Amino acid sequence: MQQQTVKKIAPENLLSEVSTIKNNGYRFVAISCTKNGDDLAIVYSFDKDYDLLNLQLAAPGNSEVDSISCYFVPAFLYENEIKELFGIKVNNILLDYNDNFYKKAKSTPFNMKEDK
Amino acid sequence: MGNRTVIPFGPQHPVLPEPIHLDLVLEDETVIEAVPQIGYIHRGLEKFVEKKDFKQYMFVAERICGICSFMHGLGYCISLENIMGIEVPARADFLRTMWTEFSRIHSHILWLGLLADSFGFESLFMHCWRLREQILDIFEETTGGRVIFSVCDIGGVRKDVSNETLKKIHDIMVSFEKELREITDVFEKDSSVKHRTVSVGVLSKGMAFDLGAAGPVARASGIEIDLRKTGYAAYDKLKFEPIIETAGDCYARTVVRIKELYQSIDLIKQCIELMPEGEVKVSYKGNPDGETYTRLEQPRGEVLYYAKANGSKFLDRYRVRTPTFANLAPLLEMLKGCSLADVPVIVLSIDPCISCTER
Repeated sequence: MQQQTVKKIAPENLLSEVSTIKNNGYRFVAISCTKNGDDLAIVYSFDKDYDLLNLQLAAPGNSEVDSISCYFVPAFLYENEIKELFGIKVNNILLDYNDNFYKKAKSTPFNMKEDK
Repeated sequence: MGNRTVIPFGPQHPVLPEPIHLDLVLEDETVIEAVPQIGYIHRGLEKFVEKKDFKQYMFVAERICGICSFMHGLGYCISLENIMGIEVPARADFLRTMWTEFSRIHSHILWLGLLADSFGFESLFMHCWRLREQILDIFEETTGGRVIFSVCDIGGVRKDVSNETLKKIHDIMVSFEKELREITDVFEKDSSVKHRTVSVGVLSKGMAFDLGAAGPVARASGIEIDLRKTGYAAYDKLKFEPIIETAGDCYARTVVRIKELYQSIDLIKQCIELMPEGEVKVSYKGNPDGETYTRLEQPRGEVLYYAKANGSKFLDRYRVRTPTFANLAPLLEMLKGCSLADVPVIVLSIDPCISCTER
């Protein structure tokens, strides 16, 4: 049976944690984002031998996070997604669509002010 | 260096039923780079979880995809069952596994037909879809639906299948396997099929791993990953091993899916032979409170669900990462260096489902 591990990290430690995970032979699975009270939480998921390791990072409103696409290339798709749907600023994305990844009727539809 | 041109591919294309757009940078007839663009059918189904209560959302979850509808319903139910600590009856687990494998057969045969269509083998395409009708008929007889089933529910399944019907399905699978062999032999042996698929769109094992490939795309490149081995539903009681190929080309991806068709038939037979007696659903009380990650092996590969509940009847978040989303980055790598004429076949070789991807 697969194990699920959630590790909470600070934004400034993201790249060093991801670097360690990469060196330990993990496979990139996904980046997810969810509301966490009035703030947002970003979850980076990695797999090794069917065990799922999740790095959870608190992202207060208007915060910026670094892209992990320098370590895991496919992350650029997920980072464009959370940037457009939740409005999180992600720095140094390998391929930045500049808010043109999804065709949306409204800006940041998953994190609109009326939701709060 | 030849002339460089950018050719838009999709979102409407004669051989591509899914609305994905690619900007293909060409040097003469060779693809140098491909830049994807999705978002034409983003429906906001994840957001919808805040508007429908967790029991109603079951019906929405199934509508994420028209091919993997049962599995999306199953993933949602398993997520909620994990959060609420609900133990599903054994018979329901076996029925869920049986329908899951029928979904895989349905999906892979549909895909084989589309692949044949992509390189102009129309009669093969029609034979694939003719055979697929038998699977849809079984779905209709056992669930009442051919596309959306609504048979999976939190705590089990809504409908039982009688032992007489199960015996009939077992017999159908025997004759189905014979008919399937005639079709898959063409895919595996015909020179025109090989001409369009062998050494086309090669993805090495290392690149497949680094780019996070999922499902048959990963397994065709030699990566041994199949989430069914984690033992969800009744898979921990069935005997099977992941299908692995190593060439990493379109032909290897075809062969993996063909072998998985026979594997699914075998798993369905095992389910029927081992089917326990008893209830198919348990009742539960209260609202979910907590969070969980659930991963299943869909026909197209690994799907990830993240559910977060707050104790009310509305979930805070229901996140779905589909296998096609995971296979977009590997697709871009496969397209590098290919001929323009091979682009439709390579794109189809990941079995793209953009409805799933955009949700």
